[in-house]
Amino acid sequence: MIDTKLYGDNDTDVLIKESGYDDHFHEHEHGDKYRSGFLNTYIFSMDHKIIARQFLFTGIFWALIGAGMSIIFRLQLGFPEESLAWIKPLLGKWIVIDDVTGMGTLDPQFYYALVTMHGTIIVFFVLTAGLSGTFSNLLIPLQLGARDMASPFLNMLSYWFFFMASVVMFFSLFLSTGPFSGGWTAYPPLSALPQASSGSAGGMTLWLVSLTLFVVSVLLGGINYITTVLNLRTKGMSLWRMPLTIWAFFVTAIIGLLSFPVLVSGFLMLMMDRGLETSFFLSEIFIAGQGALDYVGGSPILYQHLFWFLGHPEVYIIILPAMGLVSEVLSVHARKPIFGYKAMVFSILAIAFLSFIVWAHHMFMAGVNPFISNFFVIFTLIIAVPSAVKVFNWITTLYGGNLRLNTPMLFAIGFVSLFISGGLTGIFLGNSAIDIPLHDTYFVVAHFHIVMGIAAFFGMFAGVYHWYPKMFARFMNETLGKIHFWVTMIGAYAIFWPMHYLGMAGVPRRYYSFETFQTFKHFDVMNQFITVAAIIVFAAQILFVINFFYSMYKGKQQKTRNPWGATTLEWTTPIVAGHGNWPGNLPKVHRWAYDYGKDGIEYTPQHIPMKDGEEAGDH
Amino acid sequence: MGSDTAVAHHVEDSNAVWDGGKSPMKSSYGKLMMWYFLLSDAFTFAGFLIAYGTLRVSMPTWPVPDFVFQSLPGGIHNAPLIFVTIMTFVLLFSSFTMVRAVQEGKRENKRGVVIWMILTIIGGAAFLGCQAWEWTTLIKGEHMSVTTNPFGTHTAAGAYLNKDGTVSNETFEAGESYLMHMAHADDHGHGDDHADDHGGDHADDGHHEEGHADSYGVYNLEKSKDYPFATVDERGYIHRKFKVTEGDEDGMVKTEQFGPKAFGALFFFITGFHGFHVLSGVIFLIIIMLNVASGLYEKRKNEYEMVEKMGLYWHFVDLVWIFVFLVFYLI
Repeated sequence: MIDTKLYGDNDTDVLIKESGYDDHFHEHEHGDKYRSGFLNTYIFSMDHKIIARQFLFTGIFWALIGAGMSIIFRLQLGFPEESLAWIKPLLGKWIVIDDVTGMGTLDPQFYYALVTMHGTIIVFFVLTAGLSGTFSNLLIPLQLGARDMASPFLNMLSYWFFFMASVVMFFSLFLSTGPFSGGWTAYPPLSALPQASSGSAGGMTLWLVSLTLFVVSVLLGGINYITTVLNLRTKGMSLWRMPLTIWAFFVTAIIGLLSFPVLVSGFLMLMMDRGLETSFFLSEIFIAGQGALDYVGGSPILYQHLFWFLGHPEVYIIILPAMGLVSEVLSVHARKPIFGYKAMVFSILAIAFLSFIVWAHHMFMAGVNPFISNFFVIFTLIIAVPSAVKVFNWITTLYGGNLRLNTPMLFAIGFVSLFISGGLTGIFLGNSAIDIPLHDTYFVVAHFHIVMGIAAFFGMFAGVYHWYPKMFARFMNETLGKIHFWVTMIGAYAIFWPMHYLGMAGVPRRYYSFETFQTFKHFDVMNQFITVAAIIVFAAQILFVINFFYSMYKGKQQKTRNPWGATTLEWTTPIVAGHGNWPGNLPKVHRWAYDYGKDGIEYTPQHIPMKDGEEAGDH
Repeated sequence: MGSDTAVAHHVEDSNAVWDGGKSPMKSSYGKLMMWYFLLSDAFTFAGFLIAYGTLRVSMPTWPVPDFVFQSLPGGIHNAPLIFVTIMTFVLLFSSFTMVRAVQEGKRENKRGVVIWMILTIIGGAAFLGCQAWEWTTLIKGEHMSVTTNPFGTHTAAGAYLNKDGTVSNETFEAGESYLMHMAHADDHGHGDDHADDHGGDHADDGHHEEGHADSYGVYNLEKSKDYPFATVDERGYIHRKFKVTEGDEDGMVKTEQFGPKAFGALFFFITGFHGFHVLSGVIFLIIIMLNVASGLYEKRKNEYEMVEKMGLYWHFVDLVWIFVFLVFYLI
């Protein structure tokens, strides 16, 4: 435990009261009108801390559904000979029972729907809203010394648009024709022709409505995050004193603000193609027995460009917040300043810039000009540079640190491991020549699951374990947390490492069955192994959810404000912070966020004034 | 002494606007949020215009704006781009009146703000009215829709056929535009006037479609029927026949085809999306104007910042129109 005498809670109170920044908060009468009743406090709340928890709970709900779907389709893929009749109560008609043998198999249409929904849900609802929405909301005002977001009302709307998007998407799971099944990227013609597959009808309509609502949510949130970071910092909190979490959320919001609107323009044109029979994305299409359809001259590649102009920045929208959280957690629990703070910031900015000019590396096989591909190959490979800068800085931060190997720290270190493993395979795929054999194989699946799926989850877990006391004034159970970590860490590699071999052997992704491919016969055991590993990892996540809710009521109570001995401002509020976060004055900031072990003092929080003759820690 | 220290401290803290505790560039958060929203909206429009460019360059031909947009209310034709020039002027002028409203706001002159905002609202509404008329002309008069584009372009020189199938002296050059008319077997509705009028425009280009319509009774043709001089499709569009007089297909008899389908879809979609922005703008202008009139912003004593934010949006909508105007009407 930290030496609480170092900067005791009373000292903090006195310091903020005497030399804090008086923003005349309590002269405004609105002080607590936000929390006048149950509805205003917990449901239609405008308090960023409550909204953060709403995002987190909704994210956990979707994570369970999205991961559960992957278990179901992995069962079919790994064990096609086993009967799935026992899931029939859950999936109904989508489990087809053979009349003679009584064998239950997953309907192929629904297999594709599950794969599609798994991707959509995890990418957008869990790793965008659940991760960025939760921690941007929680930490931006708290770490900047702000009373709340710039516009609490828009912030509330942001959550409720996400909620509406969730309701629509959830509803689509129960359509008789099933949810959309053309892949999370929703390429035309599968997404544009309602008759293309069963999921392309009502399921796709709801998918589009849901994601359009979702984009509104992201934009409302993003505009708020950017404005709050630029305008609402407390006195002394210059941009170069902001913790890396804030830099990450700030840049993430900018990326989202510039890329999601382009997705919307694609979606609106897709809606026109579906509803008004325009031909933006549909060229001449012939259907056996029906002849030619009326569509003329559209370009399905155009949709891919518009989609990936969001789609690629989207992976950085997912990973940057995780990077920010990990940077903070590593520094706090290594009791060392983050190595190369400015290099970290500049690499975030470089990644953000580059993320906008690499999108077509998803389309090397779509028929884009090979000459253009060169351009995208080069910029894609250049992204490895800022990414490697970050990795080296994390490792150097750990080097020689006084490591506390608690659960958040383990997850943060696990993130670095996964980011390296997954990032290296990105260099393979970024080369258009190597992408030709590897495109749409399990190699790609392994790559992006490790580097942005599991890694982002690890960042999120590190964040949840680390800031749990800030959210619920209790700690999560360490033993369960460590079991959760080790099972997930080893399990994740057990799932995705073998997939690289599958991919290099040419096994295509998204296939329902490989029975007819003699070439892939000998991979049956490997597929079974992956499925078993996935089930074990899923069980560990259930453990996490149990730990999460159990600890809310029974977890170890937080006794002091700053249990981790961190330097950032969120730990200077009362343990249960009311509306406005600080009861009186706002803390003033006098130093950067990483004064650990400076001048022989274990840590010096940002609100502690500089001593006479003390030099600033950031160089 | 104590107060001196406080002042010194204050000076130290306020060295840089980016050091926190104040708004950089003295912009309030509300104004910044409007800028960020406009930035994201600009990207949406950019997506549309890039789609427009992609689809347009992939088409062998594209309708000529001077030919498509040449009608004025009151049955006047042969006036290329005049109407859209008026529309554009109206919208840009409403930007000027908006600037004046913001200026009066800075002077805390409530009456001035209201007057200039009302003028802006009138300008916005007038623009929407013009757009409605233009759409009506295209849809009802010239039978363009999101899926059908009757504005075609000849790719080789040729001559139209007479009623008996012989070659007429009505010739055309490659690159000349045509509008496919619609047959109305027993219907002498509104459609005739516009189509007829539009046909008259061809006179300048060596087209004599009006004469053609008169002499052959175009509007009394039957659907799904082949005539010696034209084919009428099942929807009633008249595909006139002509003899090619140059190039590889010299001597062949061909029929007029629809223009690139994407033209109609893109036109209605993008101008519609822009019009939707203008409509939202007019609604918000009315709401804010009423708030101004009620004295709500007077109390805030922030130089009518809400009016200024609305102004940002309104100028943005104008700016977008300049791009829409450029791609659809000028090039």
